[in-house]
Amino acid sequence: MSAATGPLKRTPLFEIHCQLGARMVAFGGWEMPVQYAGILEEHRAVREQAGLFDVSHMGEIEIMGPAALEAVQHLTSNDASRLSVGEVQYSALTTSEGTFVDDITVYKCTSDGYCLTVNAANIEKDLAWIREHMVSGAEVRNTSDEMALLALQGPRAQEILEKLTSVELGRLKYFRFVEGQVIGIDCRISRTGYTGEDGFEIYIPPQHVTTLWNALLEAGAPVGLQPCGLGARDTLRLEAKMALYGQDIDDRHTVLEADLGWIVKLEKGEFIGREALTRQKAVGISRKLVGFEMLGRGIARSHYPLVKGSQPIGEVTSGGPAPSLGKNIGLGYVTVQYAAVGTEFDIVIRDSPIAARVVRTPFYKRAR
Amino acid sequence: MVPEGLHYTKAHEWVKVEGDRGRIGITHFAQSQLGDIVFAEMPQVGRVLRQMEAFGVVESVKAVSDLYCPLTGEVLEVNSSLESNPEQINVDPYGRGWMIVARIADPDELGNLMTAEEYKAYLAAEEH
Repeated sequence: MSAATGPLKRTPLFEIHCQLGARMVAFGGWEMPVQYAGILEEHRAVREQAGLFDVSHMGEIEIMGPAALEAVQHLTSNDASRLSVGEVQYSALTTSEGTFVDDITVYKCTSDGYCLTVNAANIEKDLAWIREHMVSGAEVRNTSDEMALLALQGPRAQEILEKLTSVELGRLKYFRFVEGQVIGIDCRISRTGYTGEDGFEIYIPPQHVTTLWNALLEAGAPVGLQPCGLGARDTLRLEAKMALYGQDIDDRHTVLEADLGWIVKLEKGEFIGREALTRQKAVGISRKLVGFEMLGRGIARSHYPLVKGSQPIGEVTSGGPAPSLGKNIGLGYVTVQYAAVGTEFDIVIRDSPIAARVVRTPFYKRAR
Repeated sequence: MVPEGLHYTKAHEWVKVEGDRGRIGITHFAQSQLGDIVFAEMPQVGRVLRQMEAFGVVESVKAVSDLYCPLTGEVLEVNSSLESNPEQINVDPYGRGWMIVARIADPDELGNLMTAEEYKAYLAAEEH
């Protein structure tokens, strides 16, 4: 996470969060709710009913023009040429070393326009990077301030949102989006999220987000919808093994090392970092991000050392309890010879080695 | 939620004097700040602790917090039920969520701790 400087920014829902009793924390330069009722209760709500997150701090960057596809292809590791209008793609803005400037979602909005959703803490860095590497025939615009974002997540999400829109949500597939109205307001509705559950992310002009927030909470109250904070968002995304920028992925680890080879499309042609990733793929990676579960008593936390015997083999990047699994889990980079599922090693917790084992990920996968 | 008759530390532990023993836990304020407690690590019986020495750890979903012993003394009892039910600390911080019982080596050390009144004032000041 890049250090925040200056005063913390607030989303249009700041007052509402406070009224709802949220505990507010600094995150990525923003003052955001970490929890309302409690992380475990909110986590459970998303897995069993639904949860509503204010994620308006996320950034949006548009790339438009006849060369927009060329620009996006040059900047990202995934193959944006595969996208039709209305489709979303998880991707990476890569450095020339094949590491992450950021992880992003790419929306194909028009035949020659893309919208990138980027991490809050990275907006300015990403913009500078994108502008520096822009091709002629494409224009870049930071639309972050014109867009608020709510995430409605959980098995009851469709049922709740259906009460407020005539968009046929049942026909909207995973990682697709539509422009449509919710409570009469123009929104972008995408079937995406960061929790491992079914759900929607709704992009809406900031002046209307309070109305939408209240309407969703009211529509969802009968089926147990709860406002959820960043705390539950983190335990949910960890169970689903979704990477967090600044912890699991950064500009020191390549996309291949992060076990995200599926968003590296070397065959698509030139892009920033392609050479480095091609070379690394040929030679093989020396370290890899793996998921582990604790065998002994203890909770792994970011930066705790991983050891085999007395030998250091890596570091925890994310860790914590997995409320849906009743276990303590984590992610970490390990020397590749210790990356196979079933490998046991120790995590050093307060000077004591505690046993852990590499497991298949995602840790949690919803029944479809 | 600050019971009378207990003694309090600035790190939000409480001690209840029971003859020559002190029963020790964390305050309602501490547990509410931590949120859902999911792990507690307690010392071995027999360990001798100095006043304000770290004796264990509680972890909430997101945070790790050290626990400090309000008084010098030997650990006589440990609440082993916290191993499987650490949420008792949230539910009943002055009752079932107690952590350890220690022999009070030096009763004069109680003078270094806050009364309920003083702790309430301390909390009020902390909030500003």
